[in-house]
Amino acid sequence: MQNKTISAYFFLAPALMAIFVFFFIPVIAAFIISFTDFDIYSLSNYGNARFVGFDNYLRLFYDPLFWTALQNTFYFVIVSAPLSIMVSLTAAIMLNSKLVKFKSLFRLNFFIPVITTLIAVAIVWRFIYHPKFGFLNYTLELVGIESIDWLGDPNFSMPAIIIMSVWKNFGYNMIIFIAGLQNIPEYLYEAAEIEGATGFQKFKFITIPMLAPTTLFVGIITMIGYFQLFAEPYIMTQGGPLNSTLSIVQYMYQEGFRWWNMGYSAAIAFVLFAVIMIGTIIQMKIQKNANV
Amino acid sequence: MKKITLHIFLIIAGLLTLAPFIWMVSASLMNDGHASVYPPRFFPDEVTFIQFERLFSRLSVSRNLLNSVIVSFLVTFISLIFNSMAGYAFAKYRFAGKDKLFSLLLSSMIIPAQVTMLPLFLMLKSFGFINTYLAIIIPGMANIFGIFLIKQYAMSIPDSIIESARMDGASDFQIYWKIILPLCTPILVTLAIFTFMGTWNDFLWPLIALTDSSMYTLPVALANLMGEHTKDPELMMAGSVITIIPIIIVFLALQKYYIKGIMMGSVKE
Amino acid sequence: MTIFNKYCSQKLNLIFTFILLFLVGCSQNEQNMSEITFWGMGSEGESIQKLIPEFERLNPGIKVKVQMIPWTAAQEKLISAYASENLPDIFQLGNTWVPQFVALNSIENLDEFTSKSKIVKKESYFEGIWNTNEISGKIYGIPWYVDTRLLFYRKDILQKAGYNNPPKTWAEFYDVSKKIKQNIGNDDKYAVYLPVNEWAPFVIFGMQAGSKVLKDNDSYGNFSGAEFTKGFEFLINFHKENLAPIGISQVNNVYQAFAEEYFAMYISGPWNIKEFKRWMTGNLKDKWMTAPLPSPNSDSIGISLAGGASLVISKNSKKKDAAWKFIEFLSLPSTQLKFYELANSLPAVKTAWEDPLLQNDPYLIAFYTQFHSVVPTPKIPEWEQIAFSKLQQYAELAARNSLTVNEALKNMDKDVNIILEKRRWLLEQNNAK
Repeated sequence: MQNKTISAYFFLAPALMAIFVFFFIPVIAAFIISFTDFDIYSLSNYGNARFVGFDNYLRLFYDPLFWTALQNTFYFVIVSAPLSIMVSLTAAIMLNSKLVKFKSLFRLNFFIPVITTLIAVAIVWRFIYHPKFGFLNYTLELVGIESIDWLGDPNFSMPAIIIMSVWKNFGYNMIIFIAGLQNIPEYLYEAAEIEGATGFQKFKFITIPMLAPTTLFVGIITMIGYFQLFAEPYIMTQGGPLNSTLSIVQYMYQEGFRWWNMGYSAAIAFVLFAVIMIGTIIQMKIQKNANV
Repeated sequence: MKKITLHIFLIIAGLLTLAPFIWMVSASLMNDGHASVYPPRFFPDEVTFIQFERLFSRLSVSRNLLNSVIVSFLVTFISLIFNSMAGYAFAKYRFAGKDKLFSLLLSSMIIPAQVTMLPLFLMLKSFGFINTYLAIIIPGMANIFGIFLIKQYAMSIPDSIIESARMDGASDFQIYWKIILPLCTPILVTLAIFTFMGTWNDFLWPLIALTDSSMYTLPVALANLMGEHTKDPELMMAGSVITIIPIIIVFLALQKYYIKGIMMGSVKE
Repeated sequence: MTIFNKYCSQKLNLIFTFILLFLVGCSQNEQNMSEITFWGMGSEGESIQKLIPEFERLNPGIKVKVQMIPWTAAQEKLISAYASENLPDIFQLGNTWVPQFVALNSIENLDEFTSKSKIVKKESYFEGIWNTNEISGKIYGIPWYVDTRLLFYRKDILQKAGYNNPPKTWAEFYDVSKKIKQNIGNDDKYAVYLPVNEWAPFVIFGMQAGSKVLKDNDSYGNFSGAEFTKGFEFLINFHKENLAPIGISQVNNVYQAFAEEYFAMYISGPWNIKEFKRWMTGNLKDKWMTAPLPSPNSDSIGISLAGGASLVISKNSKKKDAAWKFIEFLSLPSTQLKFYELANSLPAVKTAWEDPLLQNDPYLIAFYTQFHSVVPTPKIPEWEQIAFSKLQQYAELAARNSLTVNEALKNMDKDVNIILEKRRWLLEQNNAK
């Protein structure tokens, strides 16, 4: 360990300056803006912005569209985060099995959606969901299910987005789970086998507890990512039909960059921040209690 | 038996995962209107490159491709230097406030980037950077996750190497440049792919910060196209193919590092 | 050591110089004295490119660079271009957007140009349309093409209900809907399609009933006033009495639904004509028509909204004269007709309507009539938000019976007054000065 403060700061300076100026200052500025009515009039003349105290936050509280957006976002997170974690875990366990050949090939295969550009795949899925010419409905019809207007029906629009996000994201967590699985010492399973444990028992009493830290990590990053849902509805539904896929970030974008109510939009961003923080804390608490 | 069912299952799951891409490529090779038929066609009855021709000749996608390449390379290059310097300092130096600083950085990772977008927009606007490459490069110059990755990796470099270099009279910067960086190559490659892909795939910020279509990166150009050509799935698919291909090539070439990076990032702090 | 140092710093220097050069090079836009930039939206942005060669031939020394921006993100793009001082010399604006850009002080007052112009004259345009571009008595945009909403209807279905002519009054409109629904019986089919995510009909009927929508210098909502309530309630009753479908999801494709008799009447704009023609083929070919809107009383046709797009010049443009020449070129009746052929956008210049191309299209007759009775929506920057986010929201709540009409409109006013609070404050500030 080197004890040279000056050189240390020299190395830190560029990155920290960049982070300070282009991240921390904007965060603080956003916080301040969220207490003003900065809007389209203020854009041409900063003097037209006024401090309004907690007005923006109070308005949010009475804004039904905000609650719709919050509700939709929660719907999305609560359904698709566990779902994608389950799919990831299943894939990881299968790929971790000693029976499987060409592991890396399969791993690669499942991973491809993760790295591809969200916009591009959202466009592809839009056509897959096409009520008339899409493959999904065609397949469903083959097995006798009536065609569904996935993106046009408020009851199916969110499920459609959920299915697509699970497909897009499960590979990422799968990799993390594989790493977690490989860290479980083999002797635990061997010992269990000697005692005559079934496959399910091994899963329940060894795999699950041993994976707990990984699952917590995966849960938190997945949740944080999913709370920021934006591009999928932006491309596939524009938040519709009937606001059924309007997400918090999209509402923030609309208020901020469509109606230019930047003060209000900043307040939405901070509520999102608060929601994510609370979610993280809750998950950590649950994990702690489960461990005790 | 169990082995066969497992493989069959994996193969089916794998094909399902790939199906959207296969269809994307195949629809991009179809003539106008051939992807909008009932029953849907999985493969083109006749392969044509007309959609790609239209993209490049009429819709000047080459310019967007170039923008994406330039921006992604520059962000990757600059952030690699900035992050590695800071990561190295956090790993191998003792200085006042180090732990506090580091945990402040780590905990601020929870702040969603969206929070900063409005002020950042106004800030870059006042510098006159909106609608230039700088608008994309500047916010990407340093990144906390990158610093974290490098720090984790650099900690495993033995102090003795650094000390012996110092005995030989190497300066601080030389140690960093000549010893640390080469030793960090694997993690640098990892970080490079992460940054490259992140920048390449980014959508919301470029959507806000770039106003002129000649400045758009591919995802923004693609979304732009989507607004107007909803009825031309074949053309849209060709656009998607162009957007995705470079990233898949980069990934396939360097996937080992990428996957390692995910695993490292998930190591419990 | 020194060799290393030198090598290293040289390399770094080189790289940084390269980057700097590169960035500077990229952020500088090529300046060309004779080139003007034009931003057009959607297919219009695409079609207009075909008119450029002619303009450039007539005006040697001026080059036009066209950029297409999609309708879906047009407003965001334009305002962020404004914020970053990247607005083009000349661009297309939906005429309800003009007030926003005037509020931003970003577009040029064109009075000086029009007073001298031989081509662009106020009298050549439909009055209501021209009016949308006039703010506080000054003209900011020149109408490029026009649209408005009127009644699309199925002749055969109306005939079966005993109406050989389209409804001319509210009473008839309601009566024919009732009769159509009776003929349908219990089928999942309707008389009218009035989707709650289209705000225009609600504003139109409110205005027809005599409401000004906003009051006190457009600084307070007037939706809960008696007039607006009357029009709004009239339309909501179509939903409540099952004459119009409440949800919008059943209708995937309006044109297909129209062809399949899912509904018999629809209040919408000229952009539908082409698609309806495409879907209504075979024996359906002459089964539909357009008509001016019904009105509350029988002595005139009902008013509708002045829609369409205008051409505006950016205040920062350094080539305003060249930009104006381009506007004049686009305003020539012959160019207007060519543009109609290319993009199907209806000419804003009245003389262009005398051409057989438009005269012979039976579906356009009603539009020509309707354009003489169009009024603008309130000319304030907040209008778009009021219409899109608030009106649609409350129309849906009322149609679904989640709120009574009065409750919905009261809440609507409350929300609108919050949105307009800033405007009131600014008006006060101005008065104080």
